[in-house]
Amino acid sequence: MTTPVLSIRNLSVEIPTRQGIVKPVDGVSYDVGKGEILGVVGESGAGKSMAGNAVIGLLNAPAHISGGEIWLNGRRIDPLKGEDMRRLRGKEIGMIFQDPLTSLNPLLTIGDQLTETMLTHLPISRKEARERAIAALEEVGIPGAAERIDSYPHEFSGGMRQRVVIALALCAEPSLVIADEPTTALDVSVQAQIISLLKRLCHERGTAVMLITHDMGVIAEAADRVAVMYAGRLAELGTVRDVLTVPQHPYTHGLMASTPLASQGRKRLHQIPGAMPRLHHMPDGCAFHPRCPHARDKCRAAPLPPVANERAACWFPMLPEEVQ
Amino acid sequence: MSAYVTVRGLTRVFDVSKPWLNRVLEGRKKAFLTAVSDVDFEIEERTTYALVGESGSGKSTIGKMLVGLLNPSEGNVEVEGVNLMTEADADRIAASRSNIQMIFQDPYASLNPRWRVRDIIVEPVAAQGGKTEGLAEKLLEQVGLHASDAGKFPHEFSGGQRQRICIARSLASEPRLIVCDEPTSALDVSVQAQVLNLMSDLKDEFGLTYLLITHDLTVVRHMADRIGVLYLGRLVEEADPETLFNTPKHPYTQMLLSAAPRMDAFGREVPPPQGEIPDPIDPPSGCAFHPRCPIATDVCRKDRPAMRALAASKVACHLAE
Ligand SMILES: Nc1ncnc2c1ncn2[C@@H]1O[C@H](COP(=O)(O)OP(=O)(O)O)[C@@H](O)[C@H]1O
Ligand SMILES: Nc1ncnc2c1ncn2[C@@H]1O[C@H](COP(=O)(O)OP(=O)(O)O)[C@@H](O)[C@H]1O
Ligand code: SF4
Ligand SMILES: [Mg+2]
Ligand SMILES: [Mg+2]
Repeated sequence: MTTPVLSIRNLSVEIPTRQGIVKPVDGVSYDVGKGEILGVVGESGAGKSMAGNAVIGLLNAPAHISGGEIWLNGRRIDPLKGEDMRRLRGKEIGMIFQDPLTSLNPLLTIGDQLTETMLTHLPISRKEARERAIAALEEVGIPGAAERIDSYPHEFSGGMRQRVVIALALCAEPSLVIADEPTTALDVSVQAQIISLLKRLCHERGTAVMLITHDMGVIAEAADRVAVMYAGRLAELGTVRDVLTVPQHPYTHGLMASTPLASQGRKRLHQIPGAMPRLHHMPDGCAFHPRCPHARDKCRAAPLPPVANERAACWFPMLPEEVQ
Repeated sequence: MSAYVTVRGLTRVFDVSKPWLNRVLEGRKKAFLTAVSDVDFEIEERTTYALVGESGSGKSTIGKMLVGLLNPSEGNVEVEGVNLMTEADADRIAASRSNIQMIFQDPYASLNPRWRVRDIIVEPVAAQGGKTEGLAEKLLEQVGLHASDAGKFPHEFSGGQRQRICIARSLASEPRLIVCDEPTSALDVSVQAQVLNLMSDLKDEFGLTYLLITHDLTVVRHMADRIGVLYLGRLVEEADPETLFNTPKHPYTQMLLSAAPRMDAFGREVPPPQGEIPDPIDPPSGCAFHPRCPIATDVCRKDRPAMRALAASKVACHLAE
């Protein structure tokens, strides 16, 4: 097997708080291969962003990596600090966030931002960088790129800004892109444009993408594989088709069943009782057991089977015939 | 069945001009934004009418005009036969208004953090001088919380629980119509399912009528009896859910439905929609959708299409068939 672009092994993140240490990410492992889109899905507070921020070294203190390893193209990167991490971030890892304005400097034209990024990371001349910047903007579908390159971020609509951010994330030709809810703030028609763009660029260039979202529909359309997170842990990992059509983890199943679907008509929606546990009050055993219809004694006591060997972190994974 | 609400020619224009001095210095004219333009619809009693559209299409503005938080620039809202715009009898207007309540998207912003849940819930009744004894406790249980929650503060609740509190408050004055503006858009899907089920139960139990405002097509399909699709402040199509989802007639509706992510569409490759929503201050001529419409012709650029009946739908498009 070829080395994955990104490999996260048993990653944990801790935050010391007044009420004790909490673990927003707890023993998570997954890989993202070349040209692959890994969807990371889960409800808010599941630890999706924390896991992504850990990879790019952008955890806000006092949150810190407390265990595990992060490998990028065969090189261990979790111990990197300061300047080394910053260089890696621009060059090898591109980032796209929900709010495009967090990635753009309001005081610089988008052309300056693109050329500066390229000049920092690529051995090219300023003139060449500008030409490439125009090409990059054309590639992400900015109409009239050659004229608009000297515009400021506020002169673009939300959808166009997110396109600029994608151009910026990709311009130094990174091998990995982390996109954290890149379409959550956008309307469906613009979301469809951005997802299609992201898919095309990733597949054309062989970029590995970690696509973080709470939206199962986006996962279904964009991702090749999916990691379902719950309360800081991995609940299920597999190909999108497997996980979404025959989910094994009762949480994944509950999540799918509570989404209104055309095929279900107007009958009552499935409800997962209760809510995700607070990090300060994590249940023993499987974190999902208080809400799980299949929970037995073993679920309340024993630590879970690792997802590395199974598809779901569950003692009693659902059988295909239990899922319709 | 009879129409509980009738909306006719509803229009709202906002003055979005810069301050006078800036206009003089920069030599600019006054600027107006037509947020809602000539909208007609009826809501049958005990049904759910959904308004769907992308952001800025005028959904919230319509909702606010219905509950009286905003005045229409033109047009009429009639509730149970009382025309809220022209009725002279202030008591009749007040009586109609008290039959309408609204819940909002953000359950964090819409609850006063310094008030106890009890006071928040009974406020609409207390404001009218009504009896509030035990009311909050009863309503809390009806929305799936505990009577003992009445003494707590909003920050002690999760997003989904807060939306239940908002719903409890909206029920306090025993309204007949509730305008729900993106009631689940800030919630996770599993919590959304709880809130949508609750809304359906309450509708059956109290014989409520809903105006459901949302951009989420899955929610619309699940909840609505009738759907109006808005684009740039105008209704472009209206139909029942089966008809709308199976045979959308307006090119915008078709675009919206094909763009919505589908859980059964693994790796689907469809050409994404073209273009973006135009500037509402300077909307396109004729049919406002024409710059993005794949079938537009000259007539679309010149003339605004009127709403017309087409099979089981109503559609404002020259070419839809
Ligand atoms: N400074 C902090 N102190 C305590 N808990 C925190 C802090 N920052 C974030 N968290 C918690 O970490 C968890 C994971 O958050 P996040 O990764 O943002 O979730 P997601 O992106 O899946 O919505 C959440 O439960 C959040 O409340
Ligand atoms: N108070 C206001 N002043 C000026 N423009 C407004 C105001 N409220 C809404 N608008 C504009 O009216 C249009 C419709 O807004 P809104 O009804 O909030 O849409 P929706 O709820 O469908 O997203 C938008 O272009 C919005 O910017
Ligand atoms: S009226 Fe013309 S431009 Fe508008 S939607 Fe219909 S075909 Fe398209
Ligand atoms: Mg997040
Ligand atoms: Mg709105």
